Amino acid sequence: MKLPPVFVHAAVLIGAALVAAYASAAELPDALRQRELAHMVRQDCGSCHGLTLAGGLGPALTAEALAGKPADSLVATIYAGRPGTPMPPFRGIVSEAEVEWIVQQLLRGFPPDGGAAARAD
Amino acid sequence: MSSASKIPSVPAATACRAACAQLAPLALWGLLLPAMVLLLSACSTIAPQAAVRGTGDLGVVIERADGRVKIVETSGRSVLASVQGLGDLSHASVVFSRDGRYAYVFGRDGGLTKVDLLTASIVGRVVQGGNSIGGAISQDGRIVVAQNYEPGGIKAFNADTLELIADVPASYGGEGKRSKVVGLADLPGNRFIYSLFEAGEIRITDFSDPGKPVTQRFAAGKQPYDALVTPDGRYYIAGLFGEDGLALLDLWQPEKGSRKILSGYGRGEQPLPVFKMPHLRGWAVAGGRAYLPAIGRHEVLVVDMSTWQEVGRIPVKSQPVFVMARPDGREVWVNFAFPDNGWVQVVDTLSQKITSTLQPGRAILHMEFTPRGEEVWLSARDDNRVMVYDTLSHEKRTQFEAASPSGIFFTSRAARMGF
Repeated sequence: MKLPPVFVHAAVLIGAALVAAYASAAELPDALRQRELAHMVRQDCGSCHGLTLAGGLGPALTAEALAGKPADSLVATIYAGRPGTPMPPFRGIVSEAEVEWIVQQLLRGFPPDGGAAARAD
Repeated sequence: MSSASKIPSVPAATACRAACAQLAPLALWGLLLPAMVLLLSACSTIAPQAAVRGTGDLGVVIERADGRVKIVETSGRSVLASVQGLGDLSHASVVFSRDGRYAYVFGRDGGLTKVDLLTASIVGRVVQGGNSIGGAISQDGRIVVAQNYEPGGIKAFNADTLELIADVPASYGGEGKRSKVVGLADLPGNRFIYSLFEAGEIRITDFSDPGKPVTQRFAAGKQPYDALVTPDGRYYIAGLFGEDGLALLDLWQPEKGSRKILSGYGRGEQPLPVFKMPHLRGWAVAGGRAYLPAIGRHEVLVVDMSTWQEVGRIPVKSQPVFVMARPDGREVWVNFAFPDNGWVQVVDTLSQKITSTLQPGRAILHMEFTPRGEEVWLSARDDNRVMVYDTLSHEKRTQFEAASPSGIFFTSRAARMGF
């Protein structure tokens, strides 16, 4: 049996779109996850770095404070922690791609907290 | 509401006592009686008496993201009012005036705000530091002290006016470095004790001559992160992030210096990640034992306070943050660091066993017992609510809405050393 050319085209196009969507998902957290990550950084990283990220027990994480710091080392600090300091490793809680997204946002000025995801009940 | 403080009942009573003590001549009565009638009628025309209430069941709930506090009362479990304009309240903490009327709220941004709980208004505010972590109030209630990360040190203020009395930098080393200050607590005699995170020291500053503070120094250990004074004011215990153990100072015999307790509690094992620093206060003490959060281990350490030896360790759900004894000491309630901050566990202090594992809500940041401990209030940051639990049944009694609530502070702290 031979498929009509239009079906083949459609299948190829949809397949390509799925692959693209999958590939970008691996690089960029989706909107819901971005909201979760922004909430986590503001609130939970904020317990040491401050809700405004102006610093606390941990250093300030504002765009000005991080200016000139290489993104790679920031990613490594978040992902693997910094031994000898209270900075814990966040591997297991966030993926490396998510850490990269967080660092990009920190370097350009972190977005505001959109709140926790909807209440479960 | 603000007129509640101005009821002229004292002059009226004084007039009566003066008049009744010795019978005045008739002419004097002619003057006194109309005056008394006037004063008494003035009394009755003063604002409605609904405003008159005690402060022993009051408290505040921090709404951390909005720079606002809710004023609450625990008898009817209700919210009385909100007060806003307190700045950045992430990691806010509160101490109370000795009459339980005023809350001194220390904000992360260095703001120190004095809130009148009866009139629900701000009666004083100063921005005293760049980055602050909390404060304490003196034994006589006249001095409020803020502990600062930036610039590292403590500052003392007049509790009435919030005027600066003294600035004591936490300088260390030779090059004018300043350390972040943690674990501040009041001691008898208008002294304050605190620890220096980078410098690894304990310091006591004596404000008995407020303008001329005198500071003593003791060794703490590596990276003290918070500390407590036992309810009797005798011992100061500093938790250490950088080593397995805690520093202990006997404040009745400070000349003996500090020493380590629970050294090596990590048993040489790789510590687990700590996503939030634990908080220490005198609530750790129950039945002659102190219940202390381990760092990097999912355990509560139990130490006998007569020998300072470890007498047990209780495995718990995750990294403990608040390990709080119910006021009668029969139970210890424990909450946890991110990402396990939806859990709360209750330890029975006789059996040293966990009797309840609760999931009250998302991101339980703080717990506060009512003064006699029949209820505990819990803040669920990510559910935007405060929940009230019965401490006998461990069942929820009620809840109310609050925006991103964190600390809950009841005025019963006003009467406790180290709070």
